[in-house]
Amino acid sequence: MTPDPYFFIIIFVGVALVFPLLPLALAWLWRRFFQPPKPGAEKNATYECGVESIGDAQIQFRSQYYLYAIIFLIFDVEAIFLVPFAVAFTGLPVGAFIAILVFLLLLIEGLVWAWSKGCLNWSK
Amino acid sequence: MSEQIDEGLRSELQRQGIWVTSMQDLYNWGRRSSIWPLQFGLACCAIEMIATAASRYDLARFGGEIFRPSPRQADLMIVAGTVTKKMAPQIVRLYNQMPDPKYVISMGACAISGGPFKEGYNVLKGIDRYIPVDVYIPGCPPRPEALLHAFMELQRKIDEQKLTGADRAEHLNAAQPSEFPVPAFGAHDLEPPANPDVFEPPKIDRT
Repeated sequence: MTPDPYFFIIIFVGVALVFPLLPLALAWLWRRFFQPPKPGAEKNATYECGVESIGDAQIQFRSQYYLYAIIFLIFDVEAIFLVPFAVAFTGLPVGAFIAILVFLLLLIEGLVWAWSKGCLNWSK
Repeated sequence: MSEQIDEGLRSELQRQGIWVTSMQDLYNWGRRSSIWPLQFGLACCAIEMIATAASRYDLARFGGEIFRPSPRQADLMIVAGTVTKKMAPQIVRLYNQMPDPKYVISMGACAISGGPFKEGYNVLKGIDRYIPVDVYIPGCPPRPEALLHAFMELQRKIDEQKLTGADRAEHLNAAQPSEFPVPAFGAHDLEPPANPDVFEPPKIDRT
């Protein structure tokens, strides 16, 4: 009689459970019967490379920076467009040159607009 | 080796392929074969410690190569180098955060007594003023062989620790503290200058 092909998976799952749980159980028994617990304020304190931890870990960062981030992203994309434009510059027809100039002027206009709106000033 | 088993009977059984051991021997064998040091160096002794852990001297032969970046996983603190008074509270705090059982190797003249900086204003005159030290290594800095020797001495010490009885290992004694007071910066010096529970100033015999 051949065993069920899924029988080996059941064996595998059993071994996978026993292998980590047995040492943990042994460690628990060891702690229960031999090792006296010695907790303390210092011992349970947050590990901060030996320095006393200051404040709370659950702090929030202020998000004024997102406008810079958006403008940076736009000009990052522009730089990617400019690289193939510069490589193919000598072989380009006049129409393509004007098209990329319009693209550049649009972005520069956007930058001037953002600047005049005060987006580049650090908002308090 | 435990006293309960007759040595003759043990060797007789071993010849038949049967190994008899005790819980204590097994426990200590496991502990001494996997001493994980805390990963930090303070001064030039740390360079020797790094050399000891690297391939030429190969601390891994003794099971101690796994330098842990967190005190929660470390068994051994190698105080490798000059302990400045600025650094002493951090070292005591790291020692406190290590789980029991924990051991300390005081490596080099500076960690033992302040070494060449003993007369200086900013160097602690020995880490044993605040935490209990198991093995001292003299030298400035000690050779990697000396650190290996200290490691073997520590293994010998662990081997001899008892699980039960009045003279059982310190970490198994509930009365033995696991934390030691962290010194604070005072107006002129660390407060207190030494922990009287662990440090006794050397008595000078003037006769």
